[in-house]
Amino acid sequence: MPSRAAPTTQSPPIPAGLTRDQLLEIYRYLRLTRTLEERLTALYRQSKVIGGLFRSLGQEGESVGSAYALARGPNPDILSPLIRNLGSMLVMGAEPLAILRQYMAKAESPTRGRELNVHFNDLEKGYLGQISHLGDMVPVMAGIALSFKLRGEPRVGLVYVGDGATSTGTFHEGLNFAAVQKVPLVVIAEYNRWAYSTPPEKQFAVKDLAEKAKGYGIPAVTVDGNDVLAVYGATKLAVERARRGHGVQFIEVKTYRRKGHAEHDDQHYVPKDELDWWAKENDPVDRYVTQLVRSEWAEERELKAIDDRVKVEIDQATDACIDEPLPSGESALGGVYADPRAAPRHWYRSL
Amino acid sequence: MAEVTYLEALRQGLWEEMERDPNVFILGEDVGAYGGAFKVTEGFAKQFGEGRVIDTPISEAAIVGAAAGAAHMGMRPVAEMQFIDFISCAYDMLTNYVATARYRAGLATPMVVRGPCGGYVRGGPFHSQNPEAAFFHTPGLKIVYPATARDAKGLIKASIRDEDPVIYLEHKWLYRRIKESLPEQEEILTPIGEARLAREGKDLSIVTYGATVWKALEAADQLAKDEALSVEVLDLRTLLPMDDAAIMRTVQKTNKVLIVHEDTRTGGLAGEIAARINEQAFAWLDGPIMRVTAHDVPLPYAPTLEDFVLPQTEDIVKAARWLAAY
Repeated sequence: MPSRAAPTTQSPPIPAGLTRDQLLEIYRYLRLTRTLEERLTALYRQSKVIGGLFRSLGQEGESVGSAYALARGPNPDILSPLIRNLGSMLVMGAEPLAILRQYMAKAESPTRGRELNVHFNDLEKGYLGQISHLGDMVPVMAGIALSFKLRGEPRVGLVYVGDGATSTGTFHEGLNFAAVQKVPLVVIAEYNRWAYSTPPEKQFAVKDLAEKAKGYGIPAVTVDGNDVLAVYGATKLAVERARRGHGVQFIEVKTYRRKGHAEHDDQHYVPKDELDWWAKENDPVDRYVTQLVRSEWAEERELKAIDDRVKVEIDQATDACIDEPLPSGESALGGVYADPRAAPRHWYRSL
Repeated sequence: MAEVTYLEALRQGLWEEMERDPNVFILGEDVGAYGGAFKVTEGFAKQFGEGRVIDTPISEAAIVGAAAGAAHMGMRPVAEMQFIDFISCAYDMLTNYVATARYRAGLATPMVVRGPCGGYVRGGPFHSQNPEAAFFHTPGLKIVYPATARDAKGLIKASIRDEDPVIYLEHKWLYRRIKESLPEQEEILTPIGEARLAREGKDLSIVTYGATVWKALEAADQLAKDEALSVEVLDLRTLLPMDDAAIMRTVQKTNKVLIVHEDTRTGGLAGEIAARINEQAFAWLDGPIMRVTAHDVPLPYAPTLEDFVLPQTEDIVKAARWLAAY
């Protein structure tokens, strides 16, 4: 790709009301997500990451693009990410340091070693970690959005669901509840082709996930999930509609999961040429870079400088926590309830 | 002092908390204009508005999940299960999401899930259940089960104010059967985690909760009259966390204990209570720890069948007499 001159007034207008700085910030989050996951992969191979590692390779665009449409700062909108929405958490302000600690089960991790990967929250920053029971976050996020409605707060909830999760009962109950209550909730349904090893044909009998929303009276659109700005634009519109009191909005993003369910999964069930095509022809980060440079919204050297800074940031975060201790065993007893503060220790442990 | 039923006491407790704290709201099936299947929330929608008394779709998982989300944001939802039997539809949400939230992620989830439970009402297998054992096994939840009108009121208020999720089990056989004079000016709050000595005695202890508190008291009266036996009755009131100290006190006093519950036997709470007594007060026992419970069958409908399956006063009398003579 040839290097171009600095942006001029001749370059095409930036879409969706974004500024050039915002375009670069979006790029930074994309790069941060990918670089952080690459670092986690290396740490996984060194057995520093203790549990499973779930990559969002190929889905960074929809995670970052959608989250970027939310209000951040004081009293932010709140989203609930899935394991492949690391990028959305970074946008809301999750620290790479916290994520590294969490994956490595450190005592100082957000859950003090109690939970894995991206399963953690910071409601002040605007994210609520998922549990592993897929679909359950839809009713919970409906409740968060309900609290916004009841209190008259101009805030919006956003919940991600995978194509597989749209088969669960809680997804349907939560969607219907939210629709009837007209709560300010945006649902991002990720059609990423694989639910562990199960393809959509074995998961549902509709072609598009958007069709499911229509059964609940919810407006739905389908978007190219690997077009970052298209996802941003669609989410921005949906968020604004939800904020104005138009109730639940549903966005299906068509994307592709390029890694196995987790790092242990060799994806033997995935056609090799299909994987190659998505990597070569439809990578969301590559596409975004091409778009930025060709439209003369950014120069390659600017992007390279962002890449370098991201790498330094991840290096520093890794160095800061890699040798930290795991939590003490005894700390497992605390915090089941506000009161009593700790579960009793078994008698034979004191013999 | 006005005499109020168990149901009216519960209603008053809910009403007072709704008045006291604008974060408290109710959600459930038919709770609004209709006032709930048993009229626990009758008049609430009119007084507090539809925003705070929310009629929901038939979606127990969504009701509980949405309550949890609102609770994270500082609200104090009270979710009604129209019959507690349907709480099983929200089992995943309660045990996986709600119960673990504080522990795994430091999330406060102050919410109440309440509903009518229990048999003796010819309700059949799906309108008579006692689901406590299914949730008793889950760290992170609290379970309360009032037997008196005073505790119906005191425990709903304490549950709403608690910082953790509470399952509040209200016995529909007691709704209009139990009456009590409650002082109007006194604020009634029953502490969660404390049992209540329902009757003092010295020969034998009955540890129980819910509707069988009244069956046990009836049995104790009969045993006192007919056989001069002095029976102590401990009403647990809170099942989780359980008041071990109160249980051990009564065991140490009478040295014989009969555990009575309306739920089925296998895997029921009586087994856990017996294990705790064995571990903590074995040396004080002068006889085996015995159980009176429902038989291990789904609860049937016909009066002849239901009466046979459920523990009756006469069963308690017989079991207590046997244990006293041991």
